[in-house]
Amino acid sequence: MTGGDDFLHVEAISKTYGTGEAAQQVLKGIDLSLPRGHLAALQGRSGSGESTFLSILGTLMQPTAGRYHMLGQDLLEVSERDLTEFRNRHIGFVFQFHHLLPDLTALENVMFPAAVRAGRETGKARRRASELLARVGLADRADIRATALSGGQTQRVAIARALMNTPELVLADEPTGNLDRESATQVMQLLAEINEEAHTTFLISTHDDKIAGQCGDLVYLDDGRILRGEA
Amino acid sequence: MLYQLKIGWRYLTSNLLQTGLLVLGVAVGVFVFMSALIGGLAVYLVDQTVGDVPHVTVTQPDIAPARLYTAADGALIASENATGRAAMLRNTGEVMATLRQLAGITAVSPQIVGNGFVTCGAVVKPVGVIGLEADEVSSIADIEGNLVAGTAHLPIGSVLIGRKLADALGVDAGQGLRLRSDQGVETTLTITGVFDFGFDRLDERTAYVNTKTARGLFGMRQGVTQIALRLDDLWEAPDFAADAANATGLDTGLATVPWTETNEQLLSGLDAQARSGDIIKGFALLTNVIGVASALLLSTYRRRSEIGIMRAMGASKGFVVMVFLTQGGLIGLVGGLVGAGLGWLALSPFPPPGEIEAGGFPIDVGQGGFGLAVALTVAGALIAPVMPARAAARVDPVRVISQ
Repeated sequence: MTGGDDFLHVEAISKTYGTGEAAQQVLKGIDLSLPRGHLAALQGRSGSGESTFLSILGTLMQPTAGRYHMLGQDLLEVSERDLTEFRNRHIGFVFQFHHLLPDLTALENVMFPAAVRAGRETGKARRRASELLARVGLADRADIRATALSGGQTQRVAIARALMNTPELVLADEPTGNLDRESATQVMQLLAEINEEAHTTFLISTHDDKIAGQCGDLVYLDDGRILRGEA
Repeated sequence: MLYQLKIGWRYLTSNLLQTGLLVLGVAVGVFVFMSALIGGLAVYLVDQTVGDVPHVTVTQPDIAPARLYTAADGALIASENATGRAAMLRNTGEVMATLRQLAGITAVSPQIVGNGFVTCGAVVKPVGVIGLEADEVSSIADIEGNLVAGTAHLPIGSVLIGRKLADALGVDAGQGLRLRSDQGVETTLTITGVFDFGFDRLDERTAYVNTKTARGLFGMRQGVTQIALRLDDLWEAPDFAADAANATGLDTGLATVPWTETNEQLLSGLDAQARSGDIIKGFALLTNVIGVASALLLSTYRRRSEIGIMRAMGASKGFVVMVFLTQGGLIGLVGGLVGAGLGWLALSPFPPPGEIEAGGFPIDVGQGGFGLAVALTVAGALIAPVMPARAAARVDPVRVISQ
């Protein structure tokens, strides 16, 4: 999957857990380029390395070998501090189990990436978070604690949070895996709409073929290698 | 910092019962009660022990016994063992006038001091005799305030004795006794008052007489044995004694002896007590630190997935560390203030050490060290979360998010 407007390139990415006889190579030399504004699905059998690959793309994990460039930066050569800042500015995450901060309200959760960046909750961040909550249909739940939200609502708040700092890339790891069919459909529609509106690049890991079918591109991992690069 | 504080505050207020218990534990460990008790006990003991003795005594040093042979002679050294009479302070008027000009002195009392025996019938008791000016009877020891019979008047030919001595002699105020000095002079005196200080040294072995009576008893036609001083602050006595000669210009070889020199055992005891108190306070502080650290370590474990999410959202390790440090600081600050407040409320009803009755707690609220206690509690609570905070910062986001 390559294009003229690629902003993310990985080359020969491999990842091995453990050492010696216990060593297990999960990723075996992955090459991938993602163009801006694409909605891509990442599929594979369980244990084929999708989560590991997403963690590496999200700069949460270092590969054992390979190269990773995003927005012109070599992300394997920068310091941890710079990587943290890069992640905050340019990458959004949506996880299967939602993972909101339970002691914050929906609005505060959405604001979190911006507040961490600014050191405080600014008025500008509050306005953007309110807009995002309205966009995901939860304007009336802004002041509700995360623990009081339903599963579908929580995932929509997580999506709003992922978009807070207007990232170029959103990585979603099984975002519908813990939702009922109706909520899952709503969440996927929402991601597709946002992708259409904001041209944010989405890479969505899923085991659901229906969900994968809603994405324009497909990356299929098998035994640590990419088998197919297009939907 | 502001945002970390907010997150820390939210964490603390998310479980009010747990946080309340933690704050209460810290508050109980605030050592104002211990400080007030130990400080009060010291005040009480010093007041009881040296409240009625001179804070500084100015004397003519004893005459050094003359050596009859020197060591260089290789012979046995023999010396005159005693002069047989206390050294006399002759220029009393000049010395007293100069001393009265010094700051910090509340009373100056010239005294003639010697030893003797009182007899009444067949009973003979050794006593220390102190000759006082008639108009300054209670300037050093509060005789008037401790009278149990008679008056504190001390005309020539009268004597004031303690309750125990009076009981041993079988006499009371208004009756007479005979006093024989170590100079062999004997006289009959009328007991004008009986006092009870609560100390055997004074109540059983001291007799106060008029200076003129004392002159006759000890053959001192002029001068005094010592000048007793009382100071505003008795703890200034060592410095005052050290500086007195220079300050007064009385470079006459007079000895100035502070009460601390003659009460070394008491001071040693107070010092040991203070150090024991410091150790106990140290352990209390350590217990606080361990308590806060263990609670926050538990919180770190419980919140590891949230920490992982924060890190994934771009929170730095420093951010996570600060979230936990602020929690410790808030617990310490609130716990310290609550502890200090509760301590003050608990201590306030106690009377000052000088006014307590037998068996009461000698509490000195002023020595509670409230500011220091709060500051050390906060400092301890800031140190406590360092380990949990570092553990939190080391959380691997990938691992905890996938769990």
